[in-house]
Amino acid sequence: MFEEIGTTEDGYMVINIGPQHPATHGVLHLVMTLNGETIVKTEPHLGYIHRSIEKMSESLTYRQFIYATSRMDYLSSHINNHGCSLCVEKGLQIEVPERAQIIRVIMDELTRIASHELWWGAMAMDLGAFTPFFHAFRERETITEIMEETCGARLTMNYICPGGVMADLHPDFQKKVKSFITLYKSKINEYNELVTGNIIFQNRMKGVGYLSKEDAISFGCTGPVGRASGVSCDIRKLYPYEVYGKLQFDEILETAGDSFARYMVRIHEMNQSIRIIEQLIDNIPDGEFLAKTKAVLKLPKGEFYQRVETARGEFGVYIVSEGGTTPYRIKYRSPGFSNLSALPTMVKGSKIGDLIAAMGTLDLVIPDLDR
Amino acid sequence: MLSLENIINGIHTWLNNTFDPTLALTCEFVLLGITAIAIFAVLGLVLVLMERKVAAIMQIRKGPNRVGPFGMFQTVADTLKLIMKEGLTPDGADKVLFNLAPFIVMIAAMLLLAPIPFAKGVQMWDINIGVLFISAVSSISVIGILMAGWASNNKYSLLGAMRSGAQIVSYELSAGLSVITIVILTGSLQLSEIVNAQQNGWWIFKGHIPVLISFVTFIIAVTAETNRAPFDLAEAESELTAGFHTEYSGMKFALFFLAEYINIFIACAIGATLFLGGWMPFHIGNWEGFNAIMDYIPSSIWFVGKTFFLIFLMMWFRWTFPRLRVDQLLNLEWKYLLPISMLNLLVVTVMAIMGWYF
Repeated sequence: MFEEIGTTEDGYMVINIGPQHPATHGVLHLVMTLNGETIVKTEPHLGYIHRSIEKMSESLTYRQFIYATSRMDYLSSHINNHGCSLCVEKGLQIEVPERAQIIRVIMDELTRIASHELWWGAMAMDLGAFTPFFHAFRERETITEIMEETCGARLTMNYICPGGVMADLHPDFQKKVKSFITLYKSKINEYNELVTGNIIFQNRMKGVGYLSKEDAISFGCTGPVGRASGVSCDIRKLYPYEVYGKLQFDEILETAGDSFARYMVRIHEMNQSIRIIEQLIDNIPDGEFLAKTKAVLKLPKGEFYQRVETARGEFGVYIVSEGGTTPYRIKYRSPGFSNLSALPTMVKGSKIGDLIAAMGTLDLVIPDLDR
Repeated sequence: MLSLENIINGIHTWLNNTFDPTLALTCEFVLLGITAIAIFAVLGLVLVLMERKVAAIMQIRKGPNRVGPFGMFQTVADTLKLIMKEGLTPDGADKVLFNLAPFIVMIAAMLLLAPIPFAKGVQMWDINIGVLFISAVSSISVIGILMAGWASNNKYSLLGAMRSGAQIVSYELSAGLSVITIVILTGSLQLSEIVNAQQNGWWIFKGHIPVLISFVTFIIAVTAETNRAPFDLAEAESELTAGFHTEYSGMKFALFFLAEYINIFIACAIGATLFLGGWMPFHIGNWEGFNAIMDYIPSSIWFVGKTFFLIFLMMWFRWTFPRLRVDQLLNLEWKYLLPISMLNLLVVTVMAIMGWYF
């Protein structure tokens, strides 16, 4: 076991980064062994924010447990809800109206952009540039306002329910989303000028936190982290759900595997999300937004699995049902957990500053790791 | 005419007429001491407010706007709070060094105020080796920082102090070399002489590209020396929480904080004095009318204007650039800045010998 205080037998310094530390964006605890500034060993310690959501979900009904997942990866709460809802719908074989499907997908992509924008600001802050954080929040605010108008909440939207969405769209929705698209397109260049093109930034990111394709696969890295290492893992492409199969968008793949590749994947992904929204926003069909379902949902006996692509990677919901009103067992596959497990490999032998940069590009949301 | 120079001369004559010379000199020492402390305090407050306002403008927000008009008394309120806070000394810290460190940093910063010509004839100590004095005294602050990091008995502080030591010692070289270019051109280490040499044009205009290069080197080097972003590795908030002053609280922290801003002011004041003509007004060749108007602006305004322009530049850097990594920082100095400034020094020397400047 690790000696957490003092030095190791080889004379290396052991330092605790976290659980309270500005760079961990939550209560992640990294026990690091340092040789001067060089990292010898990193050991993430988890469990500081464990709320046993999986166990809790076992005593909640199929309508209720969906909203517990909003509290996991709170930055893509909508997509978490989406995954859970899809799993329940799969079990009950509910046909979701097309209008609801499209609303869900638009909201998914808006959530993804909001999440990536927050990541962009927070990661720049990790590297010591404070201003991008405010610029990112300026655009993100527009999205949260759209969310607030439509769902009544800004962060944990709880908009999806089995069979469709809770409420119809706000009349201003299309107009606001369109104006957001215009705003975004004018601001993305500012992002690139301020951060992407900066020589200091590029030097900090390129060749840092390298993760090979083999390692990415063996650690189960998904989402932008996996795709930056060249692993094709976009669930929207590989296992299309809702209307994703009919949409035109690219899966962003980079091969460099370093922090800069992960950065670029997310930047390009935001553009792809905009592309998806542009295809859908004018084509929301009229009709029902919620399918008729029974008041009490009972999943048939069996096992159900559904995966969705959140802003951080593959989110999986595994439900074991005994035929009752509550699930017998629920297991979530959260992307952040697998992505974090690659961190010690990525940063071995690099400097502390690189650890911060690499951790920033992993886009960790700690409640998602601990659940 | 009512100018700073006349006021000071007036006080000097009055003291000498009223008291005998020894007492008058003692009185002047006391007055100077009070002035130094007053400048230290006022500059600290003004610069902290300026930093927060500049940051706010760059970050599309308002900044302090509640205490007083435009939040002008925010820093006063903050300082009052810090004075009233308990100054904790952590268990296991070296008590003497821990409590001494902020004062060493502060004393170094205050000593540096002495040789700066604030306006025409307004200088606390017109020492004939002014530039050397500044380079020598500014290195003292690194001792305070190392002391603070070591005595805190905290690993983050130690790492921060270690980084800071490496950084300040290396960047002092290119700061020194770029300052020497001006010394060579002027032929004097005395700051008042350097200012006087720029009567018919500032060095940055007179010295062609080599002086421009040494000006840029100087700005980069002093940004690093004062531990400002993008070279704020000693503090590196997201890496080392607060670096060398992690364990400091209350007024001891405030002293570090204020000393940082005084150091910025001094670095920029020296930059303005050496390269931008100090308190000398801006003149263009033989445009008599234009030059007369420029002369009409008081010399203190010129000095403050140039200095604050450079300070704004440094704040702009801070709120725009990400931080460098520690090895990149040292690479920048030893692989790029130092060879460039050495070569530049050679060029300037040749230029000075041949008289290839205006």
